[in-house]
Amino acid sequence: MSISTPPAFPCGGRPEQLADQLLNAALAGDEHSAIELVVRALDEGADPESILLDVIAPVQGKVGQEWAENRINVAQEHAATSINERVITALGVHPAVGTSITRGRITVACVDGEWHALPARLLSEVLKLRGWRIDYLGAQLPTPHLIAHLHTTGADVVALSSSIATRLPTTHAAISACQAIGVPVLVGGAAFGPAGRYAKLLGADAWAPDARAAADQLARSPLSRPQLDHQPIDDLPHLADQEYTLVTRNSDSLVRTVFAALEDALPFMNEYSDLQRERTAEDLASIIEFLATALYLDDEDLFTGFITWTAQVLTARGVPAQSLRPTLHLLALELKDFPRATRILRAATRTVTTRHSSEAGKPA
Amino acid sequence: MDHTRARTIAEPDADFPWGAAPYPVLVVDVDGALVRRNDAAAVLLPQAAPGAPLVDVAPAWLAAAHRTVHLPGPYGAPDADPGLSGVIGGRRFEAHPSVRDDGTVAWWLVDDTDHQLVRDALHKERKRTAFLAKASSALLSTLNLGRCMDVTAQMAAECLADAALAIAPSRGRRLPVVTCLRGGMPELSHRSVDPDDVPGLGEALRGFPPVPARWIDPSTAPQWLVPEGFGPVGSIVITPLPGHGVPAGALVLLRRAKTDSFSDEEEVFARLFAARAGAAMSAARLYAEQTAITEVLMRELLPPTLHQVSGVDFAGRYRPSADHERIGGDFYDVHPATEGEASLVALGDVCGKGLEAAVLTGKIRSTLHALLPLADDHQRMLSLLNTALLNSHHARFATLVLASAVLRGNEVDLKLTSAGHPTPLIIRGDGTVEEADTRGTLVGAIREVSARTAAVTLAPGECCVLYTDGITEAKGGPMGDVLFGDERLKRALSACAGMTAEGIVEHVQMLAAQWLGNRRHDDMAVVVIAAPRTHHLSAVNGHTRGRFTG
Repeated sequence: MSISTPPAFPCGGRPEQLADQLLNAALAGDEHSAIELVVRALDEGADPESILLDVIAPVQGKVGQEWAENRINVAQEHAATSINERVITALGVHPAVGTSITRGRITVACVDGEWHALPARLLSEVLKLRGWRIDYLGAQLPTPHLIAHLHTTGADVVALSSSIATRLPTTHAAISACQAIGVPVLVGGAAFGPAGRYAKLLGADAWAPDARAAADQLARSPLSRPQLDHQPIDDLPHLADQEYTLVTRNSDSLVRTVFAALEDALPFMNEYSDLQRERTAEDLASIIEFLATALYLDDEDLFTGFITWTAQVLTARGVPAQSLRPTLHLLALELKDFPRATRILRAATRTVTTRHSSEAGKPA
Repeated sequence: MDHTRARTIAEPDADFPWGAAPYPVLVVDVDGALVRRNDAAAVLLPQAAPGAPLVDVAPAWLAAAHRTVHLPGPYGAPDADPGLSGVIGGRRFEAHPSVRDDGTVAWWLVDDTDHQLVRDALHKERKRTAFLAKASSALLSTLNLGRCMDVTAQMAAECLADAALAIAPSRGRRLPVVTCLRGGMPELSHRSVDPDDVPGLGEALRGFPPVPARWIDPSTAPQWLVPEGFGPVGSIVITPLPGHGVPAGALVLLRRAKTDSFSDEEEVFARLFAARAGAAMSAARLYAEQTAITEVLMRELLPPTLHQVSGVDFAGRYRPSADHERIGGDFYDVHPATEGEASLVALGDVCGKGLEAAVLTGKIRSTLHALLPLADDHQRMLSLLNTALLNSHHARFATLVLASAVLRGNEVDLKLTSAGHPTPLIIRGDGTVEEADTRGTLVGAIREVSARTAAVTLAPGECCVLYTDGITEAKGGPMGDVLFGDERLKRALSACAGMTAEGIVEHVQMLAAQWLGNRRHDDMAVVVIAAPRTHHLSAVNGHTRGRFTG
């Protein structure tokens, strides 16, 4: 979310200060203080939208960052997130936040498998403030439920949130399903890549980098009804080669085969505990999942980006990152009949090699 | 003129062999003067005497065409333009020029009036077929009645009339009407009007007996039927929308005074469209009715939303085995305590999945509800439930856990009884995960059931996790064939010490879902009972205002 300086912060206060205070309260699990901070700011005339987007959104971003950098544990992350949720609820019922419905109806949901509901929740609240009638369906919504809901409510627009790239094939199915019943789809979230490149690829009617941009865009021009003769395969003609389908369908046996081969190749794995072995297998499964996603999108960068990130995480975890190269090599052997997979794996191997040699070249 | 005709007839000419050709031929020179013509041309253009300028005796389109053909060099068009055609004397002609050696141009005129009529008819037919195909796919795409009405009104206004109204039958007093002007957006309004005031509308909305499309005199039409700013109405036709056993509504088509009124052909076409729109609208109506019925019946079977009751935190989450369903064979309930008493939590699993299992969960839940006065005595409750299940026609059995929870001071006292169900787990403040010491027989299978109740105390921040075997028997993981299992669950819960009840429930469901990936699974339910955390001043740094201790 972008942080701009909004006009409406009274008493010389700045959203950054309020955000710092809210972050402290959230990390301390102090729900009462957190709610009081926001209620007081609203009492003093702060702009509700600015509190949502310039205070709560950055706080949630920092909570996620603290967790990713291992400074707080999963319990603290959950606690802080649920406090943020409750702060949003408190904001919604504050008397200063009067909302009347002046626009159409929008359904906001997270795609199936997406558990991070807060960005979608923030968008819902911002759109409510802007006068839309909102149906917020929350995290991890199976597509059949979404479609049944749309048939019943006749929403004008669906806003879908997705943060994990590997959910993109599922997201594509959800986008196509909404469009097939004549409802345009706006998407947002980290899954859609830099500048929303995958949003366009998957045929979404609109993409927005954050909740404010989404609300502005919807206010500027209503999304028109999608073309009904559209076929999802038109977005991704490369899927005709079946590589995605075959890799996905056989991912379990791929994990097993490569894992066994990896044990032969890397003698130090014999020393692994059961837990370490499971972690290794999980890493392998997610490498294959990202490879499948890259095949789905025909986007090599998605996979090389993930491999680079994995190398960093493994290094941080004290696992030798050079185990990635044999992994990629063994995968490439298994998938040698798949030209696109081979090309993507080759690019990733180059990345790891460059990275490894540049790491080695650094003075200690 | 007579002289010319006589000459062409009397002296067949090597230079002009077409005197008696069946198609009109005109020979025109470089300056646009008519040189010769044949008999057919004389009949068609009686004034076109040789020597006359073409521009004076032939239609302008032909004279213009001649100038183009005759331009020398790159601008000339010596090859006939196949599109060159126009009207002469009420019929349509194609003109084919051929440039002769002496620089004059012989124009052959081919009457293609009939051909053109056939082409026009074909074009019109194709347009209609395309329109019907488009209408079908737009109407088929939605099961929302409002949207169907929008599509119907908009498409009719686009192709059949200057404005269209889609009207749905209504059980109430107000009639839902979607109005659309050509090129405009459909607009919904609710009219407090009597449809029987408009001739034919009442019958059309009743759907039976079938009535034909009906013309009404624009002057008798009520004002609400004519969109604002429409202007003088030329013709109005009311077409019933045939439904599937239920009335689907009516389509009102309006044309302005200056537009042609409806031809027979157009009326037939409007009926074809109405048949499609009616089918879609009645399907949407059926869907809405079925959804409403399902919604009401399901409300009692859906797991409740849990929250804090009498100072004890409760949270629950349910995932049915099939993604398109919302209920299944797992269930949970929290029955709030009366003052000072314990709240009763029940979580269980009926053998089987889907709707059939869900119906039995409803029965068990209401039986337990009726047995609430005995909530203190878990064994007694279970044995009565067992008898009730054995006496019912369901051949299914169930496992469940009963938990009575009451806040004493800032601790929560729990009584836990398992009837053949996975053992409840306790998360202690330091992350230790304990199994509650309770065991018992499942219910609904054998005459006599017995169970042992465990007493547990939760300190602030500690909690008790009830779950169904859908969680531990989730098969998946990176290799795809490993059970999530008790140990993995305990390990995960151990990292959850201090989390809110809501957070733990969500975390467990998330881990199980991620373990499963896209694989098949059973129903999965989790309930957490937690002693609320008290707030510590030390946990908040000095910058935070408005601190709170509990």
